[in-house]
Amino acid sequence: MTAVPVPGLVSAPPSSAPALVPGAPPPATVFADVWRGIGRENPVLVQFLGMCPTMAVTNVLANGLAMGIATTFVLVGSGLFVSLFRKYIANEVRITSYILIIATFVTLADMLLAATFPDISKALGPFIPLIVANCLLLGRAEAFAAKVPVYRAVADGFGMGAGFTLSLCLLSTIREVLGKGSILGHDLFGPRFEPWVFMMMPPGGFLTLGIALLGLAWVMELRKRRALVTA
Amino acid sequence: MSNLAWIFVSTLLVNNFTLVMFLGLCSFFGVTAKVETAWRLGLANTFVLILTALSAWVLNTFVLARTPFLRTIAFIVVIASVVQILEMALKKYLPVLFRQLGIYLPLITTNCAILGLALFQTSRSYTLIEGLVFALGAGFGLTLALSLMASIRERIELTDVPAVARRMGLVLVIASCLSMAFMGFAGMGSAE
Repeated sequence: MTAVPVPGLVSAPPSSAPALVPGAPPPATVFADVWRGIGRENPVLVQFLGMCPTMAVTNVLANGLAMGIATTFVLVGSGLFVSLFRKYIANEVRITSYILIIATFVTLADMLLAATFPDISKALGPFIPLIVANCLLLGRAEAFAAKVPVYRAVADGFGMGAGFTLSLCLLSTIREVLGKGSILGHDLFGPRFEPWVFMMMPPGGFLTLGIALLGLAWVMELRKRRALVTA
Repeated sequence: MSNLAWIFVSTLLVNNFTLVMFLGLCSFFGVTAKVETAWRLGLANTFVLILTALSAWVLNTFVLARTPFLRTIAFIVVIASVVQILEMALKKYLPVLFRQLGIYLPLITTNCAILGLALFQTSRSYTLIEGLVFALGAGFGLTLALSLMASIRERIELTDVPAVARRMGLVLVIASCLSMAFMGFAGMGSAE
């Protein structure tokens, strides 16, 4: 495992970002399949897919975490079924079939969440059923799961879900700490802290992700420059 | 009547679908490079929203009352068919507009604003007329947000911004400012 060169977020040169070409994705180890979603093709920070839930539910960490786990569940489930049935789904009706498979798993996730964590389910409201319309799911089904064996589709779904969950946790931690002064509901700063309410409101979501992306671009730029100097 | 007017204004400004409720962000970031395409896509979305409100009402009244667990699946299938029909109709009767919208037309299916409208309409139990007004307000709100963003981005093209801000970072900060401006409308009254 250690001999595999890991295509990480920081080590990859920007020019090597792979385009989504038609046809099967190149062969890779299971570890690379999982790692791709967390690093170089991170759905939120690199591909900008699934923006609506990213912004809407990341005001507190618990919501971001629940949304990430629910999306991972749907990604793995739909990846498994799309890949299982890839030889039987006719080309003309493939999008509709993928949407139906995705919608089935979203309904399952919705019911499971409502049965186990009713409070979080109520706080997320319509954003759990809205996972159906997350471009990330249809994108992975069409570009990856429909063209690879089952184990790779599941690995990819798991990696993409993990990358999505990590990005959501990052954003919601920033927003909850600044906007409420707490983490997972535990008070952090005591009574003298005046919450920055702006972070809890919609503009705070745009601003947090915007600053995160600017920071990421800045780090990449610095690394590129340093590589030029040392070369 | 005043109820209908409030639904319209609150959906258009106070609870703008894109800037306050975070629905339809993919097209908000993806299709706002040019004003021309942006408002055309907004109007196409408005049309789909109105058809969706109509079909969601029919589904809620006659089908889903007994089978609520099928809601997500039924809504998404109906939306996909509505978009497919619109695509065929445009191809036949307005081929110029069809070519201009291109790939973005089928992508309306995965626009969360459409599914979101159907879900909110259900959870607030709107009547048919209220639902149609809701869809109209949401559609115009979407068009407004798309055109505003596209106008700003057209200006940015001509200015010299730092290299790190050339990609999405700057666009998101601008979206934050627009959203902040729309928060000002919250003073007009709270939505339900």
